[in-house]
Amino acid sequence: MIGGDAPVAITTPLSAGTSPEAVRRRLRGRRVDLAGVVLRVALLFSLAFSLLVLAVLLYDVVTGGWEVFASRFQSFMSGTLRFSAGESGIAQALRGTLWIGVFVVLLAFPLGIAAALYLEEYAADNRLTRFIDVNIRNLAGVPSIVYGILGFTIFVKSLSGLTGGRSVIAGGLTLAILVLPLVIITSAEAIRAVPDELRLAGFGLGATRWEVSRTQVLPYAAPGILTGTVLSLARALGEAAPLILVGAVVGRLGSNPGLLDLGSLDQRFTALPIVITYWAGLPQADFRALTAAAIVVILAIVLLANAAAIILRNRFESKRG
Amino acid sequence: MANRTGATVSMDVGDLRDDSTTRSDAGNEDARAPVFQVDDLSVYYGSFRAIRNVTLQVEQQQITAFIGPSGCGKTTMLRCFNRMNDLIETARVEGCVAYHGVNLYEPGVNPVEVRRRIGMVFQKPNPFPKSIYDNVAYGPRVARMKGDMDEIVERSLRRGALWDEVKDRLKSSALGLSGGQQQRLCIARALAVDPEVILMDEPCSALDPIATGRIEDLMEEIKTEYTIIIVTHNMQQAARVSDMCAFFTTEVNEKSDTRTGLLIEFDRTEQMFSNPSDERTENYVTGRFG
Repeated sequence: MIGGDAPVAITTPLSAGTSPEAVRRRLRGRRVDLAGVVLRVALLFSLAFSLLVLAVLLYDVVTGGWEVFASRFQSFMSGTLRFSAGESGIAQALRGTLWIGVFVVLLAFPLGIAAALYLEEYAADNRLTRFIDVNIRNLAGVPSIVYGILGFTIFVKSLSGLTGGRSVIAGGLTLAILVLPLVIITSAEAIRAVPDELRLAGFGLGATRWEVSRTQVLPYAAPGILTGTVLSLARALGEAAPLILVGAVVGRLGSNPGLLDLGSLDQRFTALPIVITYWAGLPQADFRALTAAAIVVILAIVLLANAAAIILRNRFESKRG
Repeated sequence: MANRTGATVSMDVGDLRDDSTTRSDAGNEDARAPVFQVDDLSVYYGSFRAIRNVTLQVEQQQITAFIGPSGCGKTTMLRCFNRMNDLIETARVEGCVAYHGVNLYEPGVNPVEVRRRIGMVFQKPNPFPKSIYDNVAYGPRVARMKGDMDEIVERSLRRGALWDEVKDRLKSSALGLSGGQQQRLCIARALAVDPEVILMDEPCSALDPIATGRIEDLMEEIKTEYTIIIVTHNMQQAARVSDMCAFFTTEVNEKSDTRTGLLIEFDRTEQMFSNPSDERTENYVTGRFG
């Protein structure tokens, strides 16, 4: 039908008297799509602006801290907090940040993923579930300082016997709770994105809900879950406000236990964002270089975590086929 | 293929005559004891009634086809046979679906066990994003079947008429197969747990005619060992492959402006297509409606 009638069909809708020549002219005509061009430039500008700001920031901290890394990388990484800028290091802060990361990974990740799995796979889709869902979203939007107050009340005061009061345990628990809603939301999104056909296929073969969750849903959702959890981890590692409330030491910290010294987990602690806050507030110019260097270190840690997540995600995704 | 199908149908007609003339033959009757006896079945989604008052039997080692226009509840009906409707929260079943005399919906029946005996193949091929081998081995693994897994996988793939095409790449992803191969893999996967019944929900609607032909051939082959219930939109397919045929249609509920599916006619396929007893069936199978 198309073959035979095509010439007629094309010429009839155009105004009468349109010659093939006119059609050709119109086809070749270059009418500028002004709105399209403007939008395109605006979008490009937004992207360029964001990248520029990031680049300036990066340039600023790297050049500011470069001298510290160049002259005394070793002593900066292994040194403790001192009054003299030339001797100060971030060993204690690194330790605090490391342990906070451990608490988040060991507590918030499994709890959050399990909660998301329950919400998406097990819970009935009723008003209560939706209410809970909305409130988890709200919790993710609660300012971090509020979690600091919560952590102070619960982990520092009420559970001081367990946490030792103003300890890295209390800080780690607080930040784990802080990112828990974020972990739940992102994991739930990833689980929701799993095609239903996979579930049906599993159930149709006589798998139980848990078997379907374990062998189909979680592996398929793993890349998405991973992305969300690592973002949460980065958020936790960068938080300063709640840690200040929980009692991280802003200033000098007497003790300097080993990185993996479990016995001192209930002692006073500090963390990288805290040290950055502290150093940034000091008047001496020497500390400004230290601040920049500490920022570079925390950025490096976050980037490393992201890189690890990307590698793992690619591996999961290639498995997914 | 047309030839072979024709032969099958006439052979089955012979079977029927045997049945009707030798009713006293107890052994024969026993062999034809229904696998499923559906009695006054209605299914609701919330307050919406999807199908109502369906009564039919499904015989052993036969292919039973459900046909009818969209929205007439064929798929809903099919999913009652292995309790897949349980997965839809609002779904509610009234009436009885007896499988070898056991009402599948009576309390205490384990849906997981039901689905191990009554397998399912879906409209869209849905292989797991795993290797061909792992796809087939999935059911036996969750069922903790004993025996050599390699052997189970090979046997299932042979039954699924896929072995020769994939035997050299069992470890490669099932998603690399063509649509028709994926669907045969899904059939092989369903067969791997040794079910008695295979439910097929429009298994060929996403496939081209050649792949469809292969699936239909496969159904003919495996029906000597399995009971098959197939939902299809394709009347030619129902006529080609099925022994028994159920025609569903919809009735409009004036008050709620919803449509409820109901069974109009259930008969031998040949009878249904050559001499339907209901006018609506005739209109549908002759293409005047639907």
